[in-house]
Amino acid sequence: MGDPDLRPAEWDFVAARRRLESKPKSAGDKLTSVEDAVARVADGDRIAVGGCLFSRTPMALVREILRQRRTGLTLIRNLMCTEGEFMMAAGAVERVMTAWMSIGLPWGVSKIMRHYVESGAVALEEWSHLALGLRFRAAAMGVPFLPTLTMVGSDLVGVGGMKTVADPYTGESLGAVPALFPDVAVVHVHRADRFGNGQIDGYPHMDADITRAAATVLVTTEEIISDDETRRHPDRTVIPGFVVDALVHVPFGSYPHECYGLYEADYGHFADYTAAIDAQGPPAVADYLKRYVYGPTTYDDYLELFGGERLAAQQKLARELTG
Amino acid sequence: MTTSAAELLAVMASRQLRDDTTVFAGVGVPLLAAALAQQRHAPRLTMVIEGGIIGPRIKPGRLPISTNEMRAGHRAQMLPGITDTFLFAQRGFLDYGFMGGAQIDQHGNVNTSVLGSDYWKPKVRLPGTGGANDIASLCREVIIVTAHEKRRFVPKVDFVTSPAWLEGGDARRRAGLFFGGVSRVVTTLGVFGFDPESRRMRIEALHPGVTRAQVQEHTGFPLLDGPHVSETAPPEADELEMLRALDPERRFLG
Repeated sequence: MGDPDLRPAEWDFVAARRRLESKPKSAGDKLTSVEDAVARVADGDRIAVGGCLFSRTPMALVREILRQRRTGLTLIRNLMCTEGEFMMAAGAVERVMTAWMSIGLPWGVSKIMRHYVESGAVALEEWSHLALGLRFRAAAMGVPFLPTLTMVGSDLVGVGGMKTVADPYTGESLGAVPALFPDVAVVHVHRADRFGNGQIDGYPHMDADITRAAATVLVTTEEIISDDETRRHPDRTVIPGFVVDALVHVPFGSYPHECYGLYEADYGHFADYTAAIDAQGPPAVADYLKRYVYGPTTYDDYLELFGGERLAAQQKLARELTG
Repeated sequence: MTTSAAELLAVMASRQLRDDTTVFAGVGVPLLAAALAQQRHAPRLTMVIEGGIIGPRIKPGRLPISTNEMRAGHRAQMLPGITDTFLFAQRGFLDYGFMGGAQIDQHGNVNTSVLGSDYWKPKVRLPGTGGANDIASLCREVIIVTAHEKRRFVPKVDFVTSPAWLEGGDARRRAGLFFGGVSRVVTTLGVFGFDPESRRMRIEALHPGVTRAQVQEHTGFPLLDGPHVSETAPPEADELEMLRALDPERRFLG
């Protein structure tokens, strides 16, 4: 195995801090369109994606990044799902950083990941699930690394180049995961007021950390609530407005992935998608993107492809699990 | 109805879990085994799932496919973030780690990352560690649950995703892993442990009807014999009944 390709910009806490100090941290109105929000993403950016696997994926933002044809991206997500496959097939990413990538056990190992990674078209940099979480946590804390007991001794160390640090108190050697400051974080939340104060139900995943770690934060929300409503339950706010750059109101903003308590993931859709890949290979994803990403102009047009009946059925399934 | 391979695995694995403990369980057979243990002999067992879930009650017929979806957290007691969930393990609150594995070697190391000798030019790219590396690094003891096939049981894994005893002996501690290690490997043929000195895999028990020659034939390295190789008791009717009730669609039971 060759030397890891170390990228000091990922953990440069001084530069990341200066970048944050130089941008407005407004308590003002952040509501905008998904097109305007994604205009803040540049080619070559490191993008951290909120949610986890097929849970609370910011699908509307992922879709718009593809529609705006960004390239040379590094996509970072603890467990990567269909959104990673879309980005690979669209030629949008050159590197993904993740702990795991596929859709789920019933659909086997991702053939799209295998195709793009085995051919060398996309580099897959693997970190353990906790190590990736701690990389975001270190960045969220504004420090260059965190000591840990995980990932040491394994061959994953050589992939991302994790170093060790001597504990100044006991002298023991510990793993030192470097901070990971993304350029952009994209997340989907249950509700937010127009100033960007965001609330999440159910699994918090790593969203709070990535919104503090990133230089630019784009949020979609299922529901817009009033300023009064935020202030009635401030304990529910997990993303403060001043970290948010753009907010977009997108009901079903994770679909066909799940949003806790609101709609269950559309497993039938995954089955159809993977069946097409099994039959035709990577061109099936290009066809999928034509139909679901590049074709429909608005998110409502996109949701029309699934149909109201299907969306309602997924809502009912969610209530059965969390009601 | 005959016992399927997955049922045998789930039953044998569930028997490894003691009451008044905590288990970090992966989805599929490990989670079924933990749920079975909780129902049958370990009511004060707490399951922890890496998507950020503490103390769920799995809903029969709605088994989770992933570790972080609503199904996995049904009637949970707490939903911490993912990082914080793993930090419970780093602190030492997790007794057992319960995981599967694509490729396992004579020292219990598991590979779920790549097949081939060059990570960046893999012959086969596998899904990756997920939380398996963390579970293997941080839990008090790790129990691996896997089908017993020669292609899985190799002398040396292509890539150490989840470290057990590394090259054996005291290699794990020397590598900077302070705690834990793989204690048991539960397979479709038997239950295996590790020699305390060499840390090489050894036979602890064989399932009914399995011979030593048979198990060696399906293993890509020489197996040692434990001090008292026994025969496991076959699955009881109530174990199978409870297990089948958890997965009526037989999504994971085969």
